[in-house]
Amino acid sequence: MNANAPVLEDAPRLNGDAAARRADAGGTPERHADSGELLLDVQGLRTWFHTRDGVVKAVDGVSLQLRHGEILGLVGESGSGKSVTGFSLMKLVDPPGRMQADRLVFNGRDLQALDDEQYRQLRGRDMAMIFQDPMMTLNPVLRVDTQMIEAVQAHGRVSRKAARARSLEVLRMVGIPSPEDRLMVYPHHLSGGMRQRIAIAIALLNGPKMIIADEPTTALDVTIQGQILYEVQKLCREMGTALIWITHDLAVVSGLADRLAVMYAGRIVETGPTPVIVGAAQHPYTHGLIASIPSIHTRGRELFQIPGSTPSLLALPEGCPFRNRCYRATEQCRHDPVLEEIVPGHAASCWHKGLQS
Amino acid sequence: MSNSDIILSLRGVERHYTQPVDLIGRVGRMLKGSDKPKSVQAVAGVDLDVVAGEVIGIVGESGCGKSTLGRMLTGILPPTAGDILYKGKAVDTLTGQARRDYELAVQMIFQDPFSSLNPRMRVIDIIGEAPVVHGMVRRGDRESFVVGLMRKVGLDPAYRFRYPHQFSGGQRQRIGVARALALNPSVIVCDEAVAALDVSIQAQVLNLFIALRREFGLTYFFISHNLGVVSHISDRVAIMYLGRIVELADTDSIFAAARHPYTQALIKELPALRIGQRQFDPIKGELPSPIDPPSGCPFHPRCPYAMDRCRVERPLLKPVDPARPMHLSACHLDDMETPMPEGAAHTDRAQAGHP
Amino acid sequence: MSDIVRDVGGEPMPGSVPGMTTEGLHVPAPPDAQAPEAGVIPAHESLWRVFVSQFFSSKLAVFGLILLVACIALAVFAPWIAPQNPFDIATLDILDSKMPPGSTNMDGSMTYWLGTDGQARDVFSAILYGMRISLFVGLVSVSVAFLIGATVGLISAYFGGRIDALLMRIVDIQLSFPSILVALILLAALGKGVDKVIYALIAVQWAYFARAARGAAIVERNREYVEAARSMSLSWHRILWRHVFPNCIPPLMVIATIDLAHAIALEATLSFLGVGVPVTEPSLGMLISNGFEFLLSGNYWISFFPGIALALVVIAINLVGDHLRDILNPRNEI
Repeated sequence: MNANAPVLEDAPRLNGDAAARRADAGGTPERHADSGELLLDVQGLRTWFHTRDGVVKAVDGVSLQLRHGEILGLVGESGSGKSVTGFSLMKLVDPPGRMQADRLVFNGRDLQALDDEQYRQLRGRDMAMIFQDPMMTLNPVLRVDTQMIEAVQAHGRVSRKAARARSLEVLRMVGIPSPEDRLMVYPHHLSGGMRQRIAIAIALLNGPKMIIADEPTTALDVTIQGQILYEVQKLCREMGTALIWITHDLAVVSGLADRLAVMYAGRIVETGPTPVIVGAAQHPYTHGLIASIPSIHTRGRELFQIPGSTPSLLALPEGCPFRNRCYRATEQCRHDPVLEEIVPGHAASCWHKGLQS
Repeated sequence: MSNSDIILSLRGVERHYTQPVDLIGRVGRMLKGSDKPKSVQAVAGVDLDVVAGEVIGIVGESGCGKSTLGRMLTGILPPTAGDILYKGKAVDTLTGQARRDYELAVQMIFQDPFSSLNPRMRVIDIIGEAPVVHGMVRRGDRESFVVGLMRKVGLDPAYRFRYPHQFSGGQRQRIGVARALALNPSVIVCDEAVAALDVSIQAQVLNLFIALRREFGLTYFFISHNLGVVSHISDRVAIMYLGRIVELADTDSIFAAARHPYTQALIKELPALRIGQRQFDPIKGELPSPIDPPSGCPFHPRCPYAMDRCRVERPLLKPVDPARPMHLSACHLDDMETPMPEGAAHTDRAQAGHP
Repeated sequence: MSDIVRDVGGEPMPGSVPGMTTEGLHVPAPPDAQAPEAGVIPAHESLWRVFVSQFFSSKLAVFGLILLVACIALAVFAPWIAPQNPFDIATLDILDSKMPPGSTNMDGSMTYWLGTDGQARDVFSAILYGMRISLFVGLVSVSVAFLIGATVGLISAYFGGRIDALLMRIVDIQLSFPSILVALILLAALGKGVDKVIYALIAVQWAYFARAARGAAIVERNREYVEAARSMSLSWHRILWRHVFPNCIPPLMVIATIDLAHAIALEATLSFLGVGVPVTEPSLGMLISNGFEFLLSGNYWISFFPGIALALVVIAINLVGDHLRDILNPRNEI
């Protein structure tokens, strides 16, 4: 396994403090990271889809914590439940899906106690979402300014003029040149990168405390992705907005996130500060993910491949869902492993957790 | 690299699309007196030699023409100008059996595992149809032939009577590989063949490609936007921008000493697993539209080193210096006496954290 | 063209399930939940079984199907079910004409369940035989129109350019005339007869199939599996029939079902107007026409019951066709 260990880009820094990391990287230490107070506290989130073929446990016992201004990278492959987690937090899961959680507290409020109207007010104001396809946010038959003004006025009694001014301000923040022109066009006049930037701008309009971004740059070209990552990083620093960045691309999010959570088959298998996860992961799946990433450093060698593929969520094996593909699996793995803390802040869900040998 | 090693050659290959104008449009244009209709240069002139047995990676973003180039090689799209040579002979001049040999010798694996397989055909037909039609395999032997191929690509032959929607994305890509291999090709064009796959499945499929290459002596034309994947699998890399190759060299040279500013930007943008937070310093500007390309060097609006000359004169793809004839780049900076490009490359590389 | 027209390049979401709607914020089906791991492929997933289970999920459609099957069965087995062959003049007794429903004949050997018409024909038997003609005409004309229209549409889509323009202009011209007008003109020229009616109906219907087939084929033509077939140097007719056509069938099936009802109704109209089938082989429409003159004199059953029968057939076909359209909607990815 050692031969396939990735060569990493920076000297390892095991200090996981968000503010210190960002200060090192040259940004201003923002306001809330050290507050210790949780913005989002999720325990035991379960989203099950009751389909004709059986119960699909898309999210099966996920626990997340997010502090103010923190960036969390939620990483997983297809079928891991990462997107459904994001939708569940926004309470956007339709029947036959049903969501429940042991604890779901956002900004001090219990989300499960809110009715639909209260949740609607929360969405778009305190929590916002960005999707992979910007056309899920943008209405193709409305002009951009109409949509943005509408989004502002939906959450407060603001005059049209003030809403427009806010829209312009936000467009400038996301780095869109000549925003007055951009307001007057329809979405189909814009390129994909520009549309995604506008979608991000709409998410920022009401100054949310948390943004959930579901694969926002996956469909974009590499150079455009770089621009958007730059904008998002700057914005989160300046505005102190917390961010959950959902992606399958560990490499992309590792440069942005303070903490990472790795999901597999609806559960979180490992979570911790980015330097720890990337440099000293303890769950075999995380090892496998990291070692399968191709790069110039893996040239000429066979890539480490995790055997098999994701099990169908309708027919998960008993016990640890990764059991059938794991190089450390034993009889003990027939029992469900629990997410245990290794050191404060770093937890993994495995009977055989440990560094790569 | 002797001439006999070169299996495919592209000479000045172009592909442009002209908007077809109907009667009303023609009348309108006559009245307005405007000139010829708009044409889009998907591929604006590519010269390339592909050596037998190598893996050449083609990297670029949207609008660079790499997919169009791949389709021209496979024979799905004909070039609107220029020549493709197969084993030294221009493909247009081939007829009959020789033409058939060329068509079957270059096969393609597609990006989307969902739409690249006919949803209403069984796997055994998808893989086995063409070899039987072309007489390479007898009808009676079709089943055993398909079974053998499925094993080779890592699929359980018991499922040869199933339909594509019953397989996962990675398995469908394997079916696509088997379909391409069934015709015993010499060159396989992989058009973003692993882009739609999860990382762990991607690793499996990449390992499969490498194993098959060894076993069958294949040549790969590996098109991808992902420089990380390309760097893992390719011997040589060509970087494309707006329909042209802007840099061409072996993989190590590209990563250690990229000369073209676009290549440098791509390498810097390359998401790499890092421990510390990254200081993003992206390249400015939008991707250019092939309908209205910039004058001179197509990259000059976004290039941090753009000079006056770049706005006016398009640089040609030529060796970066006489000592390295195999490393080609299309940039005016190479003509300059001062070592600025090298220095700039050093700064960029240090920022990116390369050793 | 995909390289240029797409303005976002790069990877789509790995393993994403097509069918993510943009109406509201609908959460897609759990990603890849149906995709099996290597080695475990659920057997019940065959296309046919999925189709059947979806079809049977609608009670109305099942009812329509049962009704339709019943009508077809009645029509096919008419000679054995019908108490009387209404077109064998020897069996008719003119004294039994215009008898109301439920009455019996002179010697009590036969009950006229639905009454008799002006020529002493048992209405029930006449309906059975009439349904035969109606269904026969409908099915044959739709089948042939399907084949002709699909061929034209597929060729038009595959070759594009001038061929496409020419063929589609012909289709457009054809479709711009009301179908009944075209049928009337043709029948005026061709004369009476079941086969002439079939020709006229084919001439009226093929254009719908052509347009639908062209639309479906254009979408399929651009898909990667067609590109793959071309890269494998398969001949154009093989690609068209073996690869493209099977994927165009869903929308064509929907049109075929709806068109069947339309054809039967159209034939009834033509027969009612007197230009359709000859009196010796009356369809349901002809029966309605025959009984029309008796409506005002109180012998309603001569027109009424054939009318009910016609309505039932059309309703049955429409119920089935409607549900088919829902299932075979391409968004559902059958």
